Amino acid sequence: MIDKVVTDVEAAIADICDGASVMIGGFGTAGMPVELIDALIARAAGDLTIINNNAGNGEQGLAALIREGRVRKVICSFPRQSDSHHFDAAYRAGQIELELVPQGNLAARIQAAGAGLGAIYTPTGYGTLLAEGKETREINGEQHVLEYPIHADFALIKAHKGDRWGNLVYRKTARNFGPIMAMAAKTTIVQVGEIVPLGGLDPESVVTPGIFVQRVVRVAAALSVAHAA
Amino acid sequence: MNRMTRDQMAARVARDIPEGAYVNLGIGLPTKVADYLPADREIFLQSENGLLGMGPAPALGEEDWELINAGKQAVTLLTGGCYFHHADSFAMMRGGHLDICVLGAFQVSVAGDLANWHTGEPGAIPAVGGAMDLAIGAKQTFVMMDLLTKQGESKLVETCTYPLTGLGCVSRVYTDLAVFDVGPGGAGVIEMVEGLGFGELQRLVGVPLARSTPAVAA
Repeated sequence: MIDKVVTDVEAAIADICDGASVMIGGFGTAGMPVELIDALIARAAGDLTIINNNAGNGEQGLAALIREGRVRKVICSFPRQSDSHHFDAAYRAGQIELELVPQGNLAARIQAAGAGLGAIYTPTGYGTLLAEGKETREINGEQHVLEYPIHADFALIKAHKGDRWGNLVYRKTARNFGPIMAMAAKTTIVQVGEIVPLGGLDPESVVTPGIFVQRVVRVAAALSVAHAA
Repeated sequence: MNRMTRDQMAARVARDIPEGAYVNLGIGLPTKVADYLPADREIFLQSENGLLGMGPAPALGEEDWELINAGKQAVTLLTGGCYFHHADSFAMMRGGHLDICVLGAFQVSVAGDLANWHTGEPGAIPAVGGAMDLAIGAKQTFVMMDLLTKQGESKLVETCTYPLTGLGCVSRVYTDLAVFDVGPGGAGVIEMVEGLGFGELQRLVGVPLARSTPAVAA
């Protein structure tokens, strides 16, 4: 019997080691897998490369991981926010590397990794600082920038419901990067509010097919309700 | 000198958004445009974090922090609205599926180049978000901004001095003093606030302006 459900968040992330690249879902705090990140902090893995849209908000989740000095590099589109003080401090102190990527290119590069593409040509960023030094090409009369896929060892994401085969549905705008990160990482670890029996998800409405998911762990919804940014 | 208030600017932009348009309103001042869309017009608001058919803010205490907009404020979903993941959301933006995108700006050039993501100041932590995708992806990109800086310098310029967000992507600029069309043919004035003459506007802006025929709101 295939059962991707693991007992707790500690067991779910137990093989994330120093130097790993980790995609973390979420747009701000919506969809951020806070309990999985807390477990990662407790595990004391360091020198991590983190791929997320942001660079942490307030004190929880990714912000706490940065505060604890576990992150060597962040690949993101929007690090600077009113409550990104832990990233700001680490960046100004030269303790963290930043690769800034336009948000749509971030999504497309993650999706390209999951889809097995070698690279993409995107019009976004052409002629700007963020395309400096990159190969460009005119296609159908429009200029494009060559961008490479973003792969990761692990993805930590949050979904609404899942089953033991790893099929997932999400909740509202907490979906954001979850489906594409699940496709792009070697090992995708999902915290869900509820585990349902096989057949408990409408097959027409499954958003992430279980082939993209390696581990599912239940985190009681009451604990994982996102807070105001 | 007469100046349009922020609400008047938002109402002016809203006038040019037709029934059935798919629209993304950027963070900050453009968000205000939603307050002035006439209730009898069906307009689809898209938010980059993954929703189409965005409704107004919920009542106090009714917030669902898994239902937010690009500015991470709590919003609602209209009946008929839907959710999708980030790659699909940016496919809508980059793939030319949005009719109109409204953005703020530091500077816009007469050719339609946009600078709105980075001041370029040393020590500033850069953040780009969806600005570059939005700028180049929509069928029409509108900018809303004050025409002049606090020091009185025009933000409509010959060539942007701030780092660029996109090249030749802006088609129209709504300011507190005038509305302009910009593009390969340069800048043309569509409207001016009452009491402002073309000569005075030309002096304030300092780059060559053409007089355009007033556009009729859709």
